[in-house]
Amino acid sequence: MANENTAVAAGGEFLTFMLGGEEYGLDILKVQEIRGYDAVTAIANTPAFIKGVINLRGIIVPIVDLRIKFGLGTAEYTPFTVVIILRLGRRVVGMVVDGVSDVITLAPEQIKEAPEFGSALDTRYITGLGAVEQRMIILVDIERLMTSRDMELVDETAGC
Amino acid sequence: MTIDITQFYQIFFEETAEHLTAMESLLLGLDVSDPSMDDLNAIFRAAHSIKGGAGAFGFNDMAEVTHAMETLLDKLRKQERKLGNEMVSALLEAGDAISMQLAAHRGEGEADAGLVRNVRTRLELLSAAEPVSPLPPSGVEKAAAEEVAASGQQDDPGYGFFDEPPTAAAPPQQDAGHPAGEAPVPGAGGAPSGRRAADHVQQQAETTSIRVSVEKVDQLVNLMGELVITHAMLAQSALQYDGAVNESLQRNLHQLEHNTRDLQETVMSIRMMPVSSVFSRFPRLVHDLAARLNKQVKMKMVGENTELDKGLIEKISDPLTHLVRNSLDHGIESPERRTAVGKPPCGTITLKAFHQGGNVVIEVSDDGAGLNRSKILAKAKERGLPLRDEMSDQEVWALIMEPGFSTAEVVTDVSGRGVGMDVVRRNIAGIGGRIELDSAEGLGTRIIIRLPLTLAILDGLSVSVGQETYIVPLNAIIESLPGSAADIKAMGGEGRLLRVRGEHLPIVALRRVFGIEAGIVEPERGILVLLEAEGRKIALFVDELIGQHQVVLKNLECNFRKVPYVSGATIMGDGRVALILDVAALVAQQAQAAKMAA
Repeated sequence: MANENTAVAAGGEFLTFMLGGEEYGLDILKVQEIRGYDAVTAIANTPAFIKGVINLRGIIVPIVDLRIKFGLGTAEYTPFTVVIILRLGRRVVGMVVDGVSDVITLAPEQIKEAPEFGSALDTRYITGLGAVEQRMIILVDIERLMTSRDMELVDETAGC
Repeated sequence: MTIDITQFYQIFFEETAEHLTAMESLLLGLDVSDPSMDDLNAIFRAAHSIKGGAGAFGFNDMAEVTHAMETLLDKLRKQERKLGNEMVSALLEAGDAISMQLAAHRGEGEADAGLVRNVRTRLELLSAAEPVSPLPPSGVEKAAAEEVAASGQQDDPGYGFFDEPPTAAAPPQQDAGHPAGEAPVPGAGGAPSGRRAADHVQQQAETTSIRVSVEKVDQLVNLMGELVITHAMLAQSALQYDGAVNESLQRNLHQLEHNTRDLQETVMSIRMMPVSSVFSRFPRLVHDLAARLNKQVKMKMVGENTELDKGLIEKISDPLTHLVRNSLDHGIESPERRTAVGKPPCGTITLKAFHQGGNVVIEVSDDGAGLNRSKILAKAKERGLPLRDEMSDQEVWALIMEPGFSTAEVVTDVSGRGVGMDVVRRNIAGIGGRIELDSAEGLGTRIIIRLPLTLAILDGLSVSVGQETYIVPLNAIIESLPGSAADIKAMGGEGRLLRVRGEHLPIVALRRVFGIEAGIVEPERGILVLLEAEGRKIALFVDELIGQHQVVLKNLECNFRKVPYVSGATIMGDGRVALILDVAALVAQQAQAAKMAA
């Protein structure tokens, strides 16, 4: 099983966002804020999905575009482009998505174990499927995803 | 009333460390043949304060050592004993023993009980020995000695620590009484004399300071940086208004800028410490090492009140120690040799600190043998270091800072130890400083270290390539010149060389380093910035120079990772992030590339 290490998400509040026509949810407690996309300073010799760094009130924060990372949607930057700023432990990172939908509360019985299926995200990072009325929300272990080797945001020696 | 006595431990530790430092420098400054009574009294007071504190907190081991010191010092200042070199050494060792005990109480390491016992025995023997010259003091002297003695006696029970002994701290209080009972002075007791009280007032006036954690200060410095940036952003957005609104806005912004700058200077000054806090350890080091090497060396210090960022102070301590040891070991000759060449037998090592422009300069100089040009060249050749004909003296001296060049047994015949000069240079460069050497054979050597005022702020030149802005640390820049006026030679393929004053420097295009498509392609149409790091030079090709700024250093690795050729980031006036170039890495990469091509 690919997701053997990932516990099924417990209930709670989730921020849902759109990515390539699929609706994802992440633990609201990991979200620091949501802001527009602007003034990103590019960093050379990094993969295309790492857009660069921004100044978030004096802190230097890297921005990744999940649309580019997973080859979804069109990576356009308009005044409506949304960046979710996440606080993962001591790190702060921002991610660009297609859009933010809303905040939902899921009871534990509304969350089912994720079957093996083809979503854009690797099933390793999926903690379950949340069902709300007719919607199906893919719940993501965002911390695990963002700190994974794939994202190239973290290296072992860096830190402060 | 309950008082948790442990909350005072930290204060006691810090104060004791200060007393020990003061005591050591006074001891080293003593003229053994004719010691000043003021100094002896000051040393006595320092020992006494430590003893009082140690007793009050129940650190009896420290109280016992200081007690033995006090006994000897008391006899010295009453002139019952004549000061000798062996006493100074014994007292210095006792100071070391107390430092060790202090560290043990702090939970750092263990005190060597045997060593402590030896020190005590030595002190006791020295105090117990028969008086050397029991001269009957004259009337005036006697009165003075008695007054001193009297104040000494009355010092004992007071300790100046708890005017109102805390009831909850009963056990330590008993301990506090204990050493006093053992005190050799008869009739100990009674209220502090008027003189003692006066001393106390004076001491308090001198120490109107508070201890604040470094973390809080750093936070203040960070917030200050933010305020400066916010101001700049505000000024930028104010530009879009015209007329009367603009005028008043500009006036107010100007006022804000003024206040912000004052505030910034004040906040920065909190982090500043006098370099004496590092310098003060050298007299002892020189004293001990000179004795071991059978050399006579005098230590001179100039400008020890020059202030430097606390972070820098901590980081220059090791390189400076190395340099001073080098001077003593390799620089200063033996007394016989010095006399033979007509120099005074006692050599001098000078530590000097002063401000120059936006830098703090620290010089370590000696009047020793100086560097030997031909020996250095021969050694460099043997080690396969790159050599040219007609190298200037400066360039030859710089060779000894190359990795793999051992100064030991080459330049002089004394063996070296520990790290080499290359490590010193790397450490200095790591804190944004530069190191230069100056030497004249037979006359001495001078090492000049230039440091930035602080670690949090960097003087930088902003340059643009395409749409991007980068910051080049100013301390790495030699000069810059327009590509149109430069003598550029094409090499095979894409390589270009810049010929400037007889040197050929490789041209490194920043656009290629960072893979930038836009902007100027030919170096002839751009700007060449000459950079130097670790003794190597390159010409960096950029589109334009934007301006010179003081930038607040930001860590890129807190939330991201290390980026090649980038040492950090900063926030520009418009709120955007600009990356700061790692010149050392750029230069090293170029050297690597050149090696690969060869």
